[in-house]
Amino acid sequence: MLERFNLQKREASLVGKAPNRWDWALLPLVLVILVALAFGAMQMSRPFAVGESLSISLDPAYLPYYLLRTILRMFSALAVSLLFSLVFAAIAAKYRAAEKAMIPLLDILQSVPILGFQAIAIAPFIALFPGNILGVECAAIFAIFTSQAWNMAFSLYQSIRTVPPELNEASRIFRLSGWQRFWRLELPFAIPGLLWNMMMSMSGGWFFLVAAEAISVAGQDIKLPGIGSYIAVAIEAKDGHAIAWAIGAMLAGILLYDQLFFRPLLAWADKFRFEESQGESAQQSWLLNWVRRSRWMHRLTGRFWALMRRALSGFSVNSNGRSMGHRSAASFKAWSRLWDIVLMLATLGAVYRLVVFVHSDVGWGEAGHVVGLGFITLLRVLLLIGLASLVWVPIAVWIGLRPQYSQRVQAVAQFLAAFPVNLMFPLVVFVLVTLQLNPNIWLSPLMVFGTQWYILFNVVAGASAIPHELRLAADNLGLKGWLKWKRVYLPAVFPSYITGAITASGGSWNASIVAEYVTWGKTTLMADGLGSYIKQMTETGDFHRIALGIGVMCVFVMFLNRFFWRKLYLLAENHSR
Amino acid sequence: MSQDVLIELKGVAKSFRAADGSARSVLEQVDFTLKTGEIVALLGKSGSGKSTLLRIMAGLIPADSGKVGYRDRPIQGPVPGIAMVFQSFALFPWLTVQQNVELGLEAQGVSANEREKRSMAVLELIGLAGFGGALPRELSGGMKQRVGIARALVVNPDILLMDEAFSALDVLTGETLRDDMLELWDGERISTKGMLIVSHNIEEAVMMSDRIIILSSDPGRIRSELKIGLPRPRNVDSPEVRALIDQVYDLMTMRPTHGVVGEAPAIAHLAYRLPDTDVSRIEGVIDLLAQAPFNGRADLPQLAAEAELSDEELFPTYEALALLGLALVAKGDIALTSLGHRYVAADQALKQDIFGQQLLTHVPLTAHIRRSLEQEASGTLAEKRILELLEESLKADEARQVLKVAVEWGRYGGIFEYDFHTGRLELPQTSEE
Repeated sequence: MLERFNLQKREASLVGKAPNRWDWALLPLVLVILVALAFGAMQMSRPFAVGESLSISLDPAYLPYYLLRTILRMFSALAVSLLFSLVFAAIAAKYRAAEKAMIPLLDILQSVPILGFQAIAIAPFIALFPGNILGVECAAIFAIFTSQAWNMAFSLYQSIRTVPPELNEASRIFRLSGWQRFWRLELPFAIPGLLWNMMMSMSGGWFFLVAAEAISVAGQDIKLPGIGSYIAVAIEAKDGHAIAWAIGAMLAGILLYDQLFFRPLLAWADKFRFEESQGESAQQSWLLNWVRRSRWMHRLTGRFWALMRRALSGFSVNSNGRSMGHRSAASFKAWSRLWDIVLMLATLGAVYRLVVFVHSDVGWGEAGHVVGLGFITLLRVLLLIGLASLVWVPIAVWIGLRPQYSQRVQAVAQFLAAFPVNLMFPLVVFVLVTLQLNPNIWLSPLMVFGTQWYILFNVVAGASAIPHELRLAADNLGLKGWLKWKRVYLPAVFPSYITGAITASGGSWNASIVAEYVTWGKTTLMADGLGSYIKQMTETGDFHRIALGIGVMCVFVMFLNRFFWRKLYLLAENHSR
Repeated sequence: MSQDVLIELKGVAKSFRAADGSARSVLEQVDFTLKTGEIVALLGKSGSGKSTLLRIMAGLIPADSGKVGYRDRPIQGPVPGIAMVFQSFALFPWLTVQQNVELGLEAQGVSANEREKRSMAVLELIGLAGFGGALPRELSGGMKQRVGIARALVVNPDILLMDEAFSALDVLTGETLRDDMLELWDGERISTKGMLIVSHNIEEAVMMSDRIIILSSDPGRIRSELKIGLPRPRNVDSPEVRALIDQVYDLMTMRPTHGVVGEAPAIAHLAYRLPDTDVSRIEGVIDLLAQAPFNGRADLPQLAAEAELSDEELFPTYEALALLGLALVAKGDIALTSLGHRYVAADQALKQDIFGQQLLTHVPLTAHIRRSLEQEASGTLAEKRILELLEESLKADEARQVLKVAVEWGRYGGIFEYDFHTGRLELPQTSEE
């Protein structure tokens, strides 16, 4: 027995050097990805002077190249978002003082539309790399980053705060250092939620891609090679075929990174699921299976993890409980009091600045006008979320109760959520112009065009989670028709509906900037509202009014969240317990 | 202090801040020592602060006052020589069994080879050889707790703290694991010098420990101490062990101030922590007690065996029966009162009437709620008012729990109702319609 064991071991180490067939299958894939990335990255840094125009060709042959550039940009932004989230969440969860300022800040950042960031950031980024296109690239990446980062940071922070107390105690008893605790406990616990949010963020990135790549802020007009710019040029040239090609390229791109990146990650991250529920079927990924079977990869990853582990134990602190004193509670309290005062003063200062700004730079009349526009957009958002709910909730419940469809529909809904609303412009302009419709009413549906899907897939998820026994019981009691909906389905999906509606509402505000101001070639259709106001001001480069518009939008979004959605959310939470 | 004192507590007190900012005492004046070679069990009903006490010794929570020392030095945070086994196992689901076991060593910066050697040895010792590569979710409860124990033992702790370590397991698995632990201990195959077990299972405490400490509730204080001189392994059915179990039952059900439970349910201020038991269990136990073979009087351990419930689950019910004047608990026995006999014989409507009557006369909280409702013109009252009242002396979640029990009892007794949606208590609709 012992002999055989030894033999096997020797054999394994010998064969370990030779590649197996999975290695050969994986090799070309890895090489292609590496070469493509290197090529794309090289293109990102070239001489460029402001004012020079980069020509974007509508020839579909260029699409793979544009797709590569776009995806590279999106992943760079995703990487930066991830880094941001890690640092943000770690600090916010560790220090109460920092948390007090950081979480409200995140709330505000979340409601600032992407154009706002772009308007502020473009000039400094170009100045950072003079004479090189890298500056503009960075600005685009930054813009995408602002549409990806906030929900990831928030999810990570939430997870770290909700680490199960007994695991926390265990990590303290065994005296893990803060560094070890983060990598061994807090991050692994947060990974499932984080991954899900990364996927949502990628969709969010696509949604604002046109704005991020075809930069037309503050008198600039730069179109970086990419799908977004391609769409922008196609809209200017009224080229419907090009739009169709762009849709195809986007679909291909999403499919590619889904299969090559997110599926394997999801399948790998399955072990981080904390709840040991058997209900959910584990994610499968052919790529991960390949990698796991490949010997080279196996050895590579083995070495990688060993290295990581060494980094972990290197940071162990040999504190022992007897030397470390607890901070005195009294002085701690005094400091936190002081910090509160500092925060309050800062807020008061900001309010004062704001009043001065409105008074001297834009005037109260203008401010009042913008608030009025805000109410128009508010009415649109609420009305359309309501309408979308009426349509989608019944359909979503119907789908959710049929597991054979629900997974497929979820994938499609995710793609639709990524669909930039600009792609609908040709159709919308055509319909509105030929039928002579009022843009104030008929442009509104565009606002929820990209966001209604959040309602759909949240409700589908909610409906498919209805316990089977509950449905059997309802059938057994002879519940039918409206009664069954009223007593069983609607209450059961209410919490997930609210979650979806909150996301949809937030997204719709942002989308209003694109949806209330539609162009196709020379035709421009405009609806009155806060979104079109901001869009117009960014095109003329009036910084004071951009700031005013964005500020008002932030206030609206935050008030709506605090006083409407949050209340509903708490209600839902209370009822589902 | 002599060489063989491992942990010494002197005058330890701990209080938590209630929702309204007032302090609520959990532990008061606790003196305790753990000596070399000793297994000590801490018993007490929920709310006696036994878990808090354990966490103070583990260095997880600081004591408000008093001295906490480990080998003559004060404990101010988790200490290298003290390891803990958790009720819920507290395994990291994303780490393999072996990685879980190595966690404590990793934190100490032990080299990878050394870690592997030591974790393998412990896994073998605890009967988990070959399971090193498994993820915790692949294991059954008993196996999981073995991992929890291995993780604690691998750091060669001086002291092992066990927080209800066997109570999440089924009875048979728990007993096997317990016996295995004792074998390791008595065979001196582990380097641990002292063990402290927090439990609410009386049999477990008697079978394992050299000394039993019983804590009283609200606030937790050491009420009594019992030395157990019997050699291990002990036989559950031996008369000595049975007598000890009875004795502990008796000590546990005794009231510190009023003698024996149920003698006169005169206890009780408003915020008296109503026992956490539900109406159907009260009904179940009283029916069981009334039937043969008990016919109205039972030995507590026997009743527990017959009910197939643990002491933890039954103690609150005994307390409730005593509180309602339906039964008397004394000397490890429980007996129906004459009212109790009438109650069992009554039909459902009468039962609920008696129940309600007893709530009004013997349970200050429910009586208070009813009185307040009668004084309100609307006949309703926001639950917040009652919660605020309770939170003067209870933590927020405990106050909520107590109110929950009061609401269930009140509903059953027909003395008030509660609307979940509005969070208001209300008088019942009069049935004469």
